[in-house]
This record gives sequence, structure tokens and C-alpha cells, in this order.
Amino acid sequence: MATAEEVKKLAALARIEVGEDELAAFTKEFDAILAYVGQLEALELPEAGETPPLRNVMRQDADPYEAGAYTERIAAQFPAREGDALLVKKVISHE
Amino acid sequence: MPQGRGLNELTIAEAARGLRAKAFTVRALWDACAAAARERNGELHAYLELFDADDAAIAAAERRIDTEGDAAPLLCGIPLAVKDNILIEGRVASAASKMLEHYRATYDATVIEKLREQGALFLGRTNMDEFALGGSTENSAFGVTKNPHDPSRVAGGTSGGSAAAVAAHLAIAALGTDTGGSVRNPASHCGVVGLKPTYGAVSRAGVIAAASSFDQVGPLAKTAEDARILFDAIRGADPLDSTTAPDGLYAAPAAPERLRIGVPRALLAHAGLDAGVKARFEETLERLTAAGHTLVDVEIPSAAPSLAAYYIINFAEVSTNLARYDGIRYGLAARGDTLLADYVRSRTEGFGPETRRRILLGTFVLSAGYIDAYYKKANAARAALRREFATAFEEADVIATPTMPTTAFRIGEKSDPLALYLEDAYTVLANLTGLPAISAPMPAAGGLPAGIHFTAPHAGEARLFAAAAAVHNLAAAA
Repeated sequence: MATAEEVKKLAALARIEVGEDELAAFTKEFDAILAYVGQLEALELPEAGETPPLRNVMRQDADPYEAGAYTERIAAQFPAREGDALLVKKVISHE
Repeated sequence: MPQGRGLNELTIAEAARGLRAKAFTVRALWDACAAAARERNGELHAYLELFDADDAAIAAAERRIDTEGDAAPLLCGIPLAVKDNILIEGRVASAASKMLEHYRATYDATVIEKLREQGALFLGRTNMDEFALGGSTENSAFGVTKNPHDPSRVAGGTSGGSAAAVAAHLAIAALGTDTGGSVRNPASHCGVVGLKPTYGAVSRAGVIAAASSFDQVGPLAKTAEDARILFDAIRGADPLDSTTAPDGLYAAPAAPERLRIGVPRALLAHAGLDAGVKARFEETLERLTAAGHTLVDVEIPSAAPSLAAYYIINFAEVSTNLARYDGIRYGLAARGDTLLADYVRSRTEGFGPETRRRILLGTFVLSAGYIDAYYKKANAARAALRREFATAFEEADVIATPTMPTTAFRIGEKSDPLALYLEDAYTVLANLTGLPAISAPMPAAGGLPAGIHFTAPHAGEARLFAAAAAVHNLAAAA
């Protein structure tokens, strides 16, 4: 059984807020969904099995983009910018 | 050209023939689709945005057909609709979320680049469930898409806008994405053909991720032939997506003229399977046998518990993928007093209820103490399912079920999230196993559309197009 406290804790971990008005409904739905997916627990299953044959899927580290080709397009998406730099809050304080 | 039909009503194959025969121009084809889309989009809400005509692209397609004739790609000059989670450079790609409402794509997805090379045109971006989470397009942050066959009903989802656009002839064909049935579900509800390709067949570079071990881009089209044309255009290994499979990774199984159709009878006892859909499915099978195909009983014992496994993995991957939306670099950026408050406010304001629900559930199933009981168990069930399908394909060329247990329901009818999840019982199997699957409309005398669903071995898309064409021929013969 999920409790409202547990849902709040998960929300904090996921960096999301669940309002007090939504909490009861969310907790109830959570319970129903977890009860449903929890049916797997009772199943007897073999281990996931052998690892498939592995191969290198990384592309060659070659043919880079021309420097700056995407800079303006990407910087245009920044919520706040200073020139081509992304402007963020100061997170380390010396005080 | 067929008499009495608007140009927007043509299939890709018909339109390509007409363009080559100079029966009409690329401009006339574009205008017919764009006009139909403008006229009916207010009612259906299939598109979130209709693009202005790209005069240069239309002229280039026209010239290419003039100079290359039959050698021009079949998609040259064909107007298509594109789901809102596929990036088109310079266009908004919102995934139907407030989080990305004003986000403009900085590059083309590989599938878009491939379509551009063929000379295809883009009519607009289509509505969907937010971040491809749902099954009815009711989770869009920008309003629900209506079913063209009955606007009081859902179009299905999550690619509901793409399916509705094709069904209502507001596009010649469309691209969607399929994580647990998101191409095949709306295809079934709107009466069009929808393909979920083999995992790794189509690049996801430039596609907004939902659940990365399931997601594939797939075509929604008026015929199996059109679905094949679109699939051929977008498929192929891509250095920008390391999950794409090189040609030859799977030995492509041939498509025999007479198909052995495997039927997992136990799955038809599914409690939610509507009696009318079941009857139509049985009748379609009967007519396929009359047409020379054979039926074999197959068993997939893990199919029923697999839906639980699917949702556990979906929650886990969704919560992981959506962790990137933090309000710092792009997307909705709400500001509080601290950096933590910036994250929390951005994510709380940016994500809708279903998205938040899945992020929380994913956080739960991946948390220490629960990961063994849920996530690892789900992966074991997934491996068992894969083995069972491999065994079933020793007896059968394709495996058939209904696509959806019901026809399209009324908008707002299923407000309980679990009830909506249970609708995906048949479609998720292909995503769990990476197998290709197709939904094709079953023959019916009126009423709401419903699809028959075929699954084939890896790289067996040719069998799926053959099976869908066989179903289409039944309807044509009736």
C-alpha cells in the first residue's frame, strides 16, 4: 500500500511537486497500478538469460561539425544567456 | 486518376503515378491536402500546427519529377504529416507538452532528412499524447484529437493526430512513433494501416525519447503498399543512433504466398476483448483461410503477464529519459529562490498529470529495495516472452490477434489510468520483443473501424505487408 507520505517522497526525488489537492487521487491510482504490475512478483521465471553477442556500436570519432555551426540555434533555446553562454544561478557561495 | 476523388484522397502510389503522368502538379496535390487540413482541423484537431507551403521544396519536387520521371523517388512531391515528437529543423517540436511548447528543433531527425532527400513535403506537426505517454491522445497539453469516423470518440494514441490526419485525408500519409502500440492503436481506431518496424530498423536520432528500449518510428498510411513505401524510405542503420541494426543482422525472412497464420487462442479469452471485435477477428481469419492461407494454434503463455512487465519497464525508462527536462538549458523554465526550486517548479509546471504519474512510478520501481521485485523481474518476463515468440515462429509465418480489444471509446470515458493501460495488452508484445508488427483495418460493413494485428520475426516486415495486403484484398473482394 502506497501512502501519501511515500508519494511525496518519490515526488521530491523526481524533482516534482504533487499538490495537496492531487495527493489523495495520485496515491489511490498508485495503489491500483502497483497492485496490477505487482502480479509479476508471483511468477516463477528463469533468470533473464544469456547476454546476446556484443558488437561495437560506437561511431568513428571523426568528421566533427564545423565549430559553431549549431551554437546560435542552441543558444537561442537558452532561458537566459550572456553572449553564447548559458546563464545560470550561482550555486556555490563563499559566504 | 480515379474519378470523383479529391487529390488529397489519393494514396502515395496513386499520387506518384498521377504526378509522373502529369495528371496534376505537385502544387495542386499540396494545395488539396493543405486546404482539406485547414478546413477540417478545427473540428478534428489532428494537427497542432499547419506549415506554410515551402515554395522552393514544391518547385524542386516538380522539377525532379520532370527530369527524372519514373526514376524519381516515389515520395517526391508527396505531402506528409509528422508527429510532434520528430524534429524538423527550425520548427517547434513540443511532444504535445507545455514543457516544450516553444522549443524549436536545432536539426532534422534522421527520418526527416531521409524524407527530404526523397523530395517529400511536410504539411504540419500532429497532435499526440504528451511525450507519447497514453493511448488516446487525451493526454495532449493542447487538447484532444477527434476520431474522423465519430468526432465524439478518441482517435486512439499516442499518434492520434497522425492517424486522424491520414484517415480524414488531411495528408497522404504520416509518420508516428510506437512505444507500446502508439502507431497501431490509432491506426486500428481510425481505420488506417500502421507499422511498428523491427527494433533498430529505423533511426531515432532526432526523435524525442519516451522509453528507449521500445521506441520505433513507423508509418501510418492508407494502404499496406504505402506503409511499405514510407518504411523503405526511412529505414536503415544510422551512425547517429547506435541502436540501429546494420543490414544483415537478422536474416530477413521471406514472405510466402500462402501464409501460416499463428493464432494464440488463449489471448482471445482476454476479459476486455469486445464481443464485436472478436467476431470480426474470427470472420477475418475465416476469410483468410478461404483465400488460401492456413491457421495454426500457437501458445504464448507469458503474453498475459507481459503487460505488467511492459509498464514497469515503460515507467522506469520514461522517468529516466524525462530527467533531462530540468528547466535550465531549454524548454519551460520557471524560476524560484534556489536552484532546486528552479528544477521543481519547471518540472511541475511543464509536465501534465499522466507524465508526472509515470515519472513517480518509474522512480518507485527503480528505487533500492524494489528494483529486484519490479524492474529485474520485468526483464526476466521479457526474455521469456522473446523465447516463446521464437518457438511460435517455428510453426507460423505471422501471429495474429486483434490490434485493440475494443473500438474507439468516447472521449473522457476511460478516466482511470489503469483501465487505459489494459487496452495495450496485444500491442505491447511487439515492443517487448523488438518484433515488427502491423495493424490493418478489418473488413466491415459500416460501424467503427477495428484492426487486425500481425507480428513477424525480426526483419520480417515483408510478411507483414503481405498479410495486410491479404486483408485489404478481402475487403476489396466483398
